[in-house]
Amino acid sequence: MSDMVYYILCSFLIIGVLCGIALMSKVKHSLKGNLLSSVCMALAILITLYKYNIMSDLSLWICIAAGLVMGLWGAYKVKMINMPQVVAMLNGFGGAASAIVASIALLENQTANLFSFITGGIALGVGTVTLTGSLVAGGKLQGILPQKPVFWKKHSFIISSSLMIIVMSVLAIAISGTDRTILSVMVALCVVFSGFFGLAFTIRVGGADMPITISLLNSLSGVAGAIAGMVISDPLLISVGGVVGASGLLLTQIMCNAMNRPLKDILLGKSTVGSQGTGHGNSDESVTNISEQEAPEPMNSEKETQKTDPAAILSEAKKVIIVPGYGMALAQAQEQVKQLTDKLEEKGAEVLFAIHPVAGRMPGHMNVLLCEVDIPYEKLCEMDEINPRFKECDVALVVGANDVVNPAANTAIGTPIYGMPVLEVDKARHIIICNYDLKPGYAGVENPLYRRKEGVTLLLGDARDTIEKLISKIQTGL
Amino acid sequence: MSPFFMIVIFVISTIVGYKLIRNVPSLLHTPLMSGMNALSGITIIGALSATGAAVRTGNRLFGFLAIFLAMLNVSGGFAVTHRMLGMFRQKEAQNE
Repeated sequence: MSDMVYYILCSFLIIGVLCGIALMSKVKHSLKGNLLSSVCMALAILITLYKYNIMSDLSLWICIAAGLVMGLWGAYKVKMINMPQVVAMLNGFGGAASAIVASIALLENQTANLFSFITGGIALGVGTVTLTGSLVAGGKLQGILPQKPVFWKKHSFIISSSLMIIVMSVLAIAISGTDRTILSVMVALCVVFSGFFGLAFTIRVGGADMPITISLLNSLSGVAGAIAGMVISDPLLISVGGVVGASGLLLTQIMCNAMNRPLKDILLGKSTVGSQGTGHGNSDESVTNISEQEAPEPMNSEKETQKTDPAAILSEAKKVIIVPGYGMALAQAQEQVKQLTDKLEEKGAEVLFAIHPVAGRMPGHMNVLLCEVDIPYEKLCEMDEINPRFKECDVALVVGANDVVNPAANTAIGTPIYGMPVLEVDKARHIIICNYDLKPGYAGVENPLYRRKEGVTLLLGDARDTIEKLISKIQTGL
Repeated sequence: MSPFFMIVIFVISTIVGYKLIRNVPSLLHTPLMSGMNALSGITIIGALSATGAAVRTGNRLFGFLAIFLAMLNVSGGFAVTHRMLGMFRQKEAQNE
């Protein structure tokens, strides 16, 4: 196949992939978009095999088949709540593959000029950082590693010096040219320190800031691919890698804006806290909960601050807005939330969901969990859309969200959440909060709603139990 | 292909991708991310060509690993995205 034909085919595939992404902008067409992208990918693989005359290389097919089977099997096994970890791991695999491509190209002397040596070094570094960074992020999300930011002595110094060593090893790779010994040593050095760098920089990011870290790693995995594409002069790889890089960057930006925190602070693990909505004050607690996949034991279930009967209030409500947070995911209370929604709708109430952009452990996490239990996606409203509607609603029901509904974000200057856009539940006529306890959320800022006397009902304890009780009370009240 | 041309491709793709992705509603951000994840597995074509051309056994073995990981990335990513988008679609059918 001549280069010209290949480039033309590539441009078709790139357009196909871009169309696939464009289709994702409407829920209706999104499935088609995904299929289109996957078909383009399959074609890209076949064209590559044909172009390099390696169609008949059986061992390559075996590897492809093994990856395919494992990937599909894993995809159908995984639970939706574990999606953040899965995405993190897949990012890491992509990064690892790009790093290996770069190292083979370097060590097999497939690199011809200075440009491909430099890009080879960079791809190696970025790919390895993506791998170890993703492993640490995945470990934190799975609860194997501590959720709290881990600080080492002279952490920043360690990070900057390893970065220096990486840069120098990349330069050394570039000038070493064809001297295999130096080249091999430098490649090894670059891999070791990039790996260490990825670990050092992810380990000090808090569990609640993971949505941002995952988006960033997503971006890096794309960039690694694009640079690996430059090493082997493949336009398709460069282009698609660039698109993925842009996507990750955009999501990172959205998340940072939603938290009102600069990316730098998050990566530096500043203010040992995130701004996650959850009923848990202690992040170590959540570690065990995530790993065991179990709902936490209620400590003091709904015994205090219950002034009016929440079930009665809900039964009479005409407009209800439910605000889910990570606490709902931890308690696995989606199913109960759905049942409650059905009950309320039976009684003629209008139920909507208010989704804060950073609720959960990855962008869009809450939407996926709620859609899994058959809640129509039309009911899931974004923050800007739902905020004006709080003042006309009868009840705002907060399930395991804390910082994202904390009105202190508007007033408490100097706290980590100050200036963060929040869901304005305080405007609702009545607020019912189903949280685990009264501790402040990850941001460590006390929520004034907890102490408000009027119009607030606190239901403490495991969200699943609490909502089950609510449902049965509403039923018996019939 | 000249380095200059490659960088141009990279920059243009990044900009076009950014513009397109900005239209994706936040509702679909998780599937978007896993879909992008699958796309980052495009590095499999690099893995295939590099491994196919590799002569040293060690490098070839490494290449096999790269192909496996990239394919895992591709198939896992697309399948998981498909599964999630399916959940979104279902409701639409019910409502109609």
